[in-house]
Amino acid sequence: MGLATFKGGIHPPDKKILSANSPITDTKPPKIIVIPLSQHAGAPCKSVVSIGQEVKKGEMIGEPGGFVSAPVHSSVSGKVIAIAEFQNAMGRMVNSVVIENDFKEEWTALKDSPDYMNLPAAELKEKIKAAGIVGLGGAAFPTAVKLSPPKEKPIDVVIINGAECEPYLTADYRLMIEKPKEIIEGLKILMKVLGVSKGFVGIENNKPDAVRKMQEAAKGEAGIEVLALEVKYPQGAEKMLIRAVAGREVPPRGLPMDVGAVVQNVGTALSIFEAARFGKPLIERVVTVTGEGIKEPKNLMARVGTKISELIEQCGGFRDDVAKVVAGGPMMGFALSSLDVPVTKGTSGVLVLPEEGVMHAEDYGPCIRCGRCIDVCAMGLMPSMLSILSEKGMYEAAKEYNLFDCFECGSCAFVCPSKRPIVQLVRLAKSMVKP
Amino acid sequence: MEATKKEHELIVSVSPHVKSEETTSRIMWTVSLALLPAFLSGVYFFGLKALFITALCVLSSVIFEALYLKVVNKKSVIGDGSGFLTGLLLGMNLPASLWSFSPFTAHVPIIASFVAVVITKQLFGGLGFNVFNPALIGRAFALISWPRAMTIWMAPTASFLTMDAKTTATPLGILKEAGMSELIKVFGDKVSLYEHLLTGNRAGSIGETSAIALLIGGLFLLYKKYITWHIPVSFLGTAALIAWVFGQKGALFAGDPLIHLFSGGMMLGALFMATDYVTSPSIRNAQLIFGAGCGALTMLIRLKGGFPEGVMFAILIMNCFAPILDRGFRSRVFGAVKTAKEIKK
Repeated sequence: MGLATFKGGIHPPDKKILSANSPITDTKPPKIIVIPLSQHAGAPCKSVVSIGQEVKKGEMIGEPGGFVSAPVHSSVSGKVIAIAEFQNAMGRMVNSVVIENDFKEEWTALKDSPDYMNLPAAELKEKIKAAGIVGLGGAAFPTAVKLSPPKEKPIDVVIINGAECEPYLTADYRLMIEKPKEIIEGLKILMKVLGVSKGFVGIENNKPDAVRKMQEAAKGEAGIEVLALEVKYPQGAEKMLIRAVAGREVPPRGLPMDVGAVVQNVGTALSIFEAARFGKPLIERVVTVTGEGIKEPKNLMARVGTKISELIEQCGGFRDDVAKVVAGGPMMGFALSSLDVPVTKGTSGVLVLPEEGVMHAEDYGPCIRCGRCIDVCAMGLMPSMLSILSEKGMYEAAKEYNLFDCFECGSCAFVCPSKRPIVQLVRLAKSMVKP
Repeated sequence: MEATKKEHELIVSVSPHVKSEETTSRIMWTVSLALLPAFLSGVYFFGLKALFITALCVLSSVIFEALYLKVVNKKSVIGDGSGFLTGLLLGMNLPASLWSFSPFTAHVPIIASFVAVVITKQLFGGLGFNVFNPALIGRAFALISWPRAMTIWMAPTASFLTMDAKTTATPLGILKEAGMSELIKVFGDKVSLYEHLLTGNRAGSIGETSAIALLIGGLFLLYKKYITWHIPVSFLGTAALIAWVFGQKGALFAGDPLIHLFSGGMMLGALFMATDYVTSPSIRNAQLIFGAGCGALTMLIRLKGGFPEGVMFAILIMNCFAPILDRGFRSRVFGAVKTAKEIKK
């Protein structure tokens, strides 16, 4: 007892053992990469290359389309062969740059900075921005924007999110085991950019070796504390993490900066270090390919733009009875309709689920008002009422029940004995009314 | 490539992609299982008649529900077990003496089942949409329509096959008509009275008499987290408090709460009827008020009303308030500004 946490939440089987012991391995360089110009929350990029143009590895191919945006870079050296709309993991058509790999692995000129910690904060922030770094936890919010809070919202704490509360996923776990020093360096850079003296790393206690490794790496670093957190989904949700680590509650519809906090994922912290130290842009990330439906679950270092089907192939392919493939974790990931979609900056995992245990959308019953969803809602909402009101088309009434405070963690739908598609009904309602 | 071959068969649906193993039907069957000790105790004390009455209710409930769904062309829901559970609860809330052919009263359970399942539940929209507890409306309908037959209580008997048992009064009936001293006299002494109430060796509805059997089932449901403590504790606690304060005529703080807790339908009501998900509030704090209301109304009817027992009407009245209680006790949204009182703490 005594571990920091939040109120509500669920305990889904974590299934991390499938891939937890597989070290991060490089993927085969892909022949063709498809790089969507919109991989982040915010404005899409504008392409700065043309068809036929030769590009180097790490070269910027799309410039930010606004303040809330992040540039994208080529993850191979080769030739641009198309700029057109391609399907992404969410099923949307997104303008993308297609590059044919020449397998020369020629890097663009990168700016090495051995004494990066002595650079001024503004320059460090500029490096993070230029590297196209976004939140790697899944939401893909541009990191440089989070590091530019308005004056009236002073930040006094930076939290590195190592909770990885999504079942199955082990990408962050492997990073904490394999690159703890680099992650702590990333945290120090973040603290310097924000002028903050207090930094935390929050890790769910089902990863005691990661907690230990990170504690060792943080030893002797002033103001940095590594905390073990209670194992409970959604412990890694920003608001829940801030509650657990700093004891502060982000107001409804508010942002972490409203309580002086900035949260970054461990993968993001690593990318920040690599951008500051080597000038390396974000062109690859760890993707956990796992699930009962895949032959050899692995943690792969995958280049942005690699097709998901190629990752599956490198993990030995499907077992016989595959029913569903999910980009991300089982609680908040997106089910794929096509495997011909690229890995993006936000792709934390590829989860292959067999027929057994997969729900079919039509098999749900009426709400029996058991209240389980209310007990587990980390936001203190009434998911039962939201789903009923949405089902009846009473979207305005759903708004009165704090519809827009729901961040769709799926805990309610997980515990629902009637198997109601609560998240789907919530999204429907959100799309029908103005916030 | 194997991957593309499968592609057109991939299931696409909104997250989450994993769900708990809990299902509505598992809940219904588990609650039914939790009622088993009390039911067996009923059969032990009231014999074959108790078995027949309960079986009649279960069969009629399931058949009426299936027929209704067929007539209105809805998907059959027999498998969800809620029709079975309603029938079982209704049977356990009826006196075994209804199994009688002169005068003929064996039709009462059948009609009560129809009222419960078709009128109270299905006509209001089916599982999840009924305002009132179906089994209790079925019982209330029977009590109002056949008041004599519904208040003939057979004496508990050790002989399983007895068909013409003696009739007697329930402990609450004696308490209402003749008072506490007479009740204790009937059972010999106070210890003996408690003993009879706890084991179920007393007149009453089939499934309500054994407080111990009901507590075993109730604790099982609490352990399985199928119910929470809120409704039973506030229900029984309020009733006990009122029984203690006002239970003795002519003197305050002299009543006997135990007699009230263990008699009538108090245990069956607090553990199994008032905790019905659909007809009680879903918010825990609202459940405390709901349970307290049930307890207070039960004691009001028992001490001041015309009926010796008030659990059924108390729960039915509180059923009306369930939605509005939920609305009044909405939980605090994460991060919402705390009230001045909370900050002081």
